[in-house]
Amino acid sequence: MNESTPSGPLLTMTGMTKQYPGCLANDHVSLTVERNQIHALLGENGAGKSTLVKMIYGVVKPDAGEIVWEGQQVSIPTPGAAQRLGIGMVFQHFSLFEALTVTENIALGLATAKERVGLRGRILQISTEYGLPLDPDRVVHDLSVGERQRIEIVRCLLQNPKLLIMDEPTSVLTPSEVQKLFVTLRRLASEGCSILYISHKLEEVRALCSAATIMRLGRNVARCAPAGKTVKQLAEIMINMDLRLPTPRPLVSGNAPARLVLDRLTIRSHNQFGTSLKDISLSIAGGEILGIAGIAGNGQSELIDGLSGEIPAGKPESVLIDGVAAGHMGPAERRRIRGCFVPEERNGHGAVTTMSLADNAFLSGYLRGALVRFGVIDKKRTLAFADDIIKRFDVRTTGPRAEARSLSGGNLQKFLVGREVLQDPGVLVINQPTWGVDAGAALAIHEAIMALAQGGAAVMIISQDLDEIFVLADRIAVIAGGRVSEPVATRSATVESIGRLMGGTSEDMVADSAVAHA
Amino acid sequence: MTELAVAFLVSTVAAATPLLLAATGELVVEKVGVLNLGVEGMMLAGAIAGFATANETGVTTLGVLAALLAGTALALLFALVSLTLQANQTATGLALTIFGRGFSALLGAGYVGIPAPTLPKLHIPFLTDIPVLGPVVFGHDILVYLSFAILGVVAWCIRSTHLGLILRAVGDSHDAAHALGYAVVPIRYGAVAFGGALAGLAGAYMSLAYTPLWAQDMTAGRGWVAVALVTFAAWRPLWLLIGAWFFGALMYLSLYVQALGVAVPSALLSALPYIGTVVVLVLISRDRRLIRLHRPAMLGRPFQARA
Repeated sequence: MNESTPSGPLLTMTGMTKQYPGCLANDHVSLTVERNQIHALLGENGAGKSTLVKMIYGVVKPDAGEIVWEGQQVSIPTPGAAQRLGIGMVFQHFSLFEALTVTENIALGLATAKERVGLRGRILQISTEYGLPLDPDRVVHDLSVGERQRIEIVRCLLQNPKLLIMDEPTSVLTPSEVQKLFVTLRRLASEGCSILYISHKLEEVRALCSAATIMRLGRNVARCAPAGKTVKQLAEIMINMDLRLPTPRPLVSGNAPARLVLDRLTIRSHNQFGTSLKDISLSIAGGEILGIAGIAGNGQSELIDGLSGEIPAGKPESVLIDGVAAGHMGPAERRRIRGCFVPEERNGHGAVTTMSLADNAFLSGYLRGALVRFGVIDKKRTLAFADDIIKRFDVRTTGPRAEARSLSGGNLQKFLVGREVLQDPGVLVINQPTWGVDAGAALAIHEAIMALAQGGAAVMIISQDLDEIFVLADRIAVIAGGRVSEPVATRSATVESIGRLMGGTSEDMVADSAVAHA
Repeated sequence: MTELAVAFLVSTVAAATPLLLAATGELVVEKVGVLNLGVEGMMLAGAIAGFATANETGVTTLGVLAALLAGTALALLFALVSLTLQANQTATGLALTIFGRGFSALLGAGYVGIPAPTLPKLHIPFLTDIPVLGPVVFGHDILVYLSFAILGVVAWCIRSTHLGLILRAVGDSHDAAHALGYAVVPIRYGAVAFGGALAGLAGAYMSLAYTPLWAQDMTAGRGWVAVALVTFAAWRPLWLLIGAWFFGALMYLSLYVQALGVAVPSALLSALPYIGTVVVLVLISRDRRLIRLHRPAMLGRPFQARA
């Protein structure tokens, strides 16, 4: 046996360079991952992390650079080659097949027929063992973002790779699920599988990772042990400036008039496996931010669709915007009475990815921005509007004529939130305001939301990130199984008390769905 | 009355066979996310290649083989232009149909009006002699049985095998399939070639069995019906069979009604199978969820591996 020596780093990359038209994505980047190590890759959106890991996984071809794997110089031309070396990757986007079932999706990622024997059982086993509930027979199309991410994780765990690249794996998990995942990851690392962990959650990185490589604008800027730094220090290295905490707002007086009222809002989900909304009643006053916490797939997407008018409610009176019965209205009519909405999915729902930023700004802002004159698009004003969003929200792009898909996730999110905020909404509803967004961009988005509330708007934040909800919201409610709990004041709530509400109901849900499928 | 029923059933199956072959091929092509509108052209190429070869050699089997190769060759041309050179699939498919029609007319100019050896009908002692059941079930030529077998294998393969899963995956998201390490373009080449081979076979059936003659444009739009069948059957193999049989039945009925001399314009009767099939299939496939679930999301979309 010529087993390669178990000493020496698992993966060493030096001088990795990738030039895209108009953008040097990676400029002589180096990265070393040791064996049995959980290694963090940190950096803002657009810092070049994705490009780097895609080069490791053979999706993107480097222009220059050297990859040494287990002491041997290798080239990784295709993802298949990466898999043969023992590299697995959990993608953040685009690696699931919508029309196929969970089992079929996972089977496609396995190389040999032997691995596919008894796959369904093993999926069930791993998903229960690691607290990642999954029904193997459901079609991905009907699953929420959180459930989709569980598939990605389970798929990788099934492959027993030597290096596991995880791109934002915990963004949609509850705190207790994150803890369970960390147990899994630590076990994997101790069993000999190194992990390259990309995350914006610096607290997580400090708890989990023993080394970190930090990138900025396509270059290495630091390599450190994250446990030896504070979250603030890490964030400051990442964005190269002092990080402010959002300034707290004065509390809203108790008798401000309600601007958004839901009265027994009941919506049947369009989706066979979606969660229907049942009798949701709540009210948000002007100047107030209400946070809706909950695990993915408990009715969040139905709630934002019901509020934006994509699914009109049966009774007009069940949604009141500034006292106007709006339940029967479509999205354009609700925008006319100053309701603005940001959906969860940026690509294809929030933005038309193949259109320019200016055109995307026009699509939701033409009414409130008065961008149409006698049926003709006012190009000048549209470009000015898009340019204003880009400047005010520090969107990193080549300009308003850039295609939406050319932006990184965080930058597109800043643009989409900015697009709605600058329309001066009276009611703003945002689903997952900072999903997959780095610390700097998240801060900008949070500050914009708070400024808007301070200006008198009623804001609803639907988020699976409890930290975010605790930072932003005046009151917190939990959505579970399509019902929304009585909101509690943030001051009197704790992460544990809210987390329990979310987690407890999620287990009930699993039991429910098990019964439904029996 | 019995004779009439037998004639009806036998000719329904016969008229359905070229549709079924071509549509099964197109189903596989569309399942991997490619839209090849050149079916009509590939069928005509198969028809003339099969007819000419059978006529020159006197061996129908060689004719069938030649048709298969002709269809495949045209399909590979389509694949080269649309998959490797990334031309628009719709335009390339239309061009292929126009090319196939013109080229087959040119090659076939010398073959118009001469007879060719016909594909023999099956005759199994005893079985074929059973009244009604015999001729309907056991009295066809080999291509008819082959078309059922191919449909069955394709249906099973797509639903239950790993190969079928890969085909569906490539048609559902070529980027994700590429990311998992599947060779999207070669897989699509394979499917397109398979579709071409079956379209060629369908053409051979037209010129060697259904009406054993060569005439210009003898497929009379059946290639287009096959493409429509795939869509309206919502990419489900069983419904292809039902749609093809329905077309065959209407074909027979329209001829029968014409023969009776009923005072309906003959142009309308000739159009009936085409219109009727499409109308019925539209009615039965209105379920949006069903279409969303079965429609290959990448249909007609070009794929380029990002470097």
